[in-house]
Amino acid sequence: MSILVFVEQREGRVRSVSREALGEATRLAATLGGPVIGVCPAVADPGLAALGEAGAEKVLLAVHPAFDRYDAAGYAQAAVAAVAAVRPALVLFGASAMGRDLAPRVAARLGVGLATDCTSLAVQDGRLVAARPVYAGKAIQKVAFPRSPALASLRPKVFAPVSVPGRSAAVEALAVEHDAAAARARVVRVAAAGAGKVDVTEAEIVVSGGRGLKGPEHFKLIEDLAEALGASVGASRAVVDAGWRPHAEQVGQTGKTVSPKLYVAVGISGAIQHLAGMSSSRCIVAINKDPEAPIFKVADYGIVGDLFEVVPALTEAVRKLDAHA
Amino acid sequence: MIQVVCVKQVPDTETRVKPAADGRSLDPAGVTWVLNPYDEYAVEQALRVREQQGGGEVVALSVGGAGAQTMLRNVLALGADRAILLRTDLPGPDGLAVARALAAEIRALAPGLVWLGRQAVDDDQAQVGPILAELLGLPCATVAAAFALAGETATVERDIEGGREIVELTLPAVITADKGLNEPRYASLKGIMAAKKKTIAEKPAELGEPNLEVVALELPPARAAGRVVGQGAAAVPELVRVLRESAKVI
Ligand SMILES: Cc1cc2nc3c(=O)[nH]c(=O)nc-3n(C[C@H](O)[C@H](O)[C@H](O)COP(=O)(O)OP(=O)(O)OC[C@H]3O[C@@H](n4cnc5c(N)ncnc54)[C@H](O)[C@@H]3O)c2cc1C
Ligand SMILES: Nc1ncnc2c1ncn2[C@@H]1O[C@H](COP(=O)(O)O)[C@@H](O)[C@H]1O
Repeated sequence: MSILVFVEQREGRVRSVSREALGEATRLAATLGGPVIGVCPAVADPGLAALGEAGAEKVLLAVHPAFDRYDAAGYAQAAVAAVAAVRPALVLFGASAMGRDLAPRVAARLGVGLATDCTSLAVQDGRLVAARPVYAGKAIQKVAFPRSPALASLRPKVFAPVSVPGRSAAVEALAVEHDAAAARARVVRVAAAGAGKVDVTEAEIVVSGGRGLKGPEHFKLIEDLAEALGASVGASRAVVDAGWRPHAEQVGQTGKTVSPKLYVAVGISGAIQHLAGMSSSRCIVAINKDPEAPIFKVADYGIVGDLFEVVPALTEAVRKLDAHA
Repeated sequence: MIQVVCVKQVPDTETRVKPAADGRSLDPAGVTWVLNPYDEYAVEQALRVREQQGGGEVVALSVGGAGAQTMLRNVLALGADRAILLRTDLPGPDGLAVARALAAEIRALAPGLVWLGRQAVDDDQAQVGPILAELLGLPCATVAAAFALAGETATVERDIEGGREIVELTLPAVITADKGLNEPRYASLKGIMAAKKKTIAEKPAELGEPNLEVVALELPPARAAGRVVGQGAAAVPELVRVLRESAKVI
């Protein structure tokens, strides 16, 4: 039995969620059996042989002129063709913007169940069980798959990639019949958010600001700390709804779910809907003047104090670290 | 044009979650049920399209238990013309089964637009919309943050990592709504009165065979108790030290 991994590329670069999925597939192959095989729709090979080092034995490359952008129908077709070709027991996707859109379509075409946004996969009593946060992270639901193949999408930044130095993946062409001209939905344009900006869902470190900042102009403090840490800027819903920050930065139940290695919450009270989006972060730091703020209940480390004093001092200290490093 | 809005009743986001005695489902004691927050944006957008077109029908459709009546009455008060409740016990996370039940009903309605929320905030699956689109054979755009309609062409903007995708769809189409798509209205007194006269049809949901089996619902492992490293700017050196030496994250 093989494990199939959907390999996501944008602009010719394989996305890190796919390396994470290949890593988890490699670990599962020890109990479920391998091989680990990738499938990648693209206009040209984005260097798939190198995914051998990330755990792939083979990658099926589906080339089509329409695949320079995300083409939902065509990508689903490629995934289904790959399933037919390799008959996997399990198909993994990254729960990225693309994977979240694509995986359900593939599930529908295959007529099988899909567990989305999983944070762990395990084999229990011989069957695969996926664990996924539900009720905004307030509970963990475990699901099994009565049909084959099992489909799961993996929350970004939760699963570790593997490294198999020196191994190269075999790259094989996968034929996909797809009439892009007949498509009734197409991506006509992709607008970049701004050069060099890393999305909060993909950042190693996120520094988020809330209503404690008192006004949009003071987000400079957050941006400076983020820059010193090499972090992306996040925000609470209160400041997004107030128009201080764009929705793309909102963390929480009606925003993005992030799992960075470090999450710094500044002037954020820690409402349950905010915690939903960040409580799977590896390390949480809270800076808040109210010692009773609920954010301190989830924070690993906290400073009680006025953010207008603490944040500039922290930025300064981090800059000094970097200067000495 | 007929538009269908798929709406789900979910626990209020403030709900304290407690697993039921079966160890697999939510203990419903003390839970306040509301219209799924993302579905508010879906309902609002359908109403706006009807208003822009100067007519048409908005049909609210839900798969759920008897309690979903209350939510559907709310959606009617917001302005939907009629509602259909496909009855079943709590549907669980099986998106394919729910989409099958919805599709069976939607085919007969032949809508120009089908609206859903990006995800239901109970099981957080984010899958019913695109599955439904596949079952109906319709184009689909998920997580819509902006929407415009010109003739038979809909344009949707959706956030992706580090940018936005602009998608064009030819109607009929399925769209799932994200926060930010619009500013949902509140029900007016007039709307609430009018809703009393509107109909909620009920029929059994045709879910088909299960595709996912819930084996457990558990509380997440509690995060180890954190600590306040100090007060004010004076605590910064200690914070930097622990982040560097204990947590090893900077
Ligand atoms: C359906 C629904 C969905 C929601 N989804 C989300 C979501 O996705 N994300 C989200 O974030 N929220 C969400 N919310 C809103 C949530 O309930 C809170 O209202 C929101 O998170 C509060 O934002 P905040 O912490 O910035 O503001 P507040 O709660 O006002 O907290 C501000 C904090 O700043 C501190 N502070 C003030 N001044 C200073 C200072 N000088 N120095 C240090 N600290 C200071 C205060 O002590 C306080 O703790 C949702 C709500 C609902 C009902
Ligand atoms: N039981 C249901 N009845 C009607 N619509 C539903 C139901 N479950 C999900 N949906 C719709 O599908 C969207 C996504 O839900 P989900 O895929 O379960 O996260 C929701 O926002 C609703 O619009």
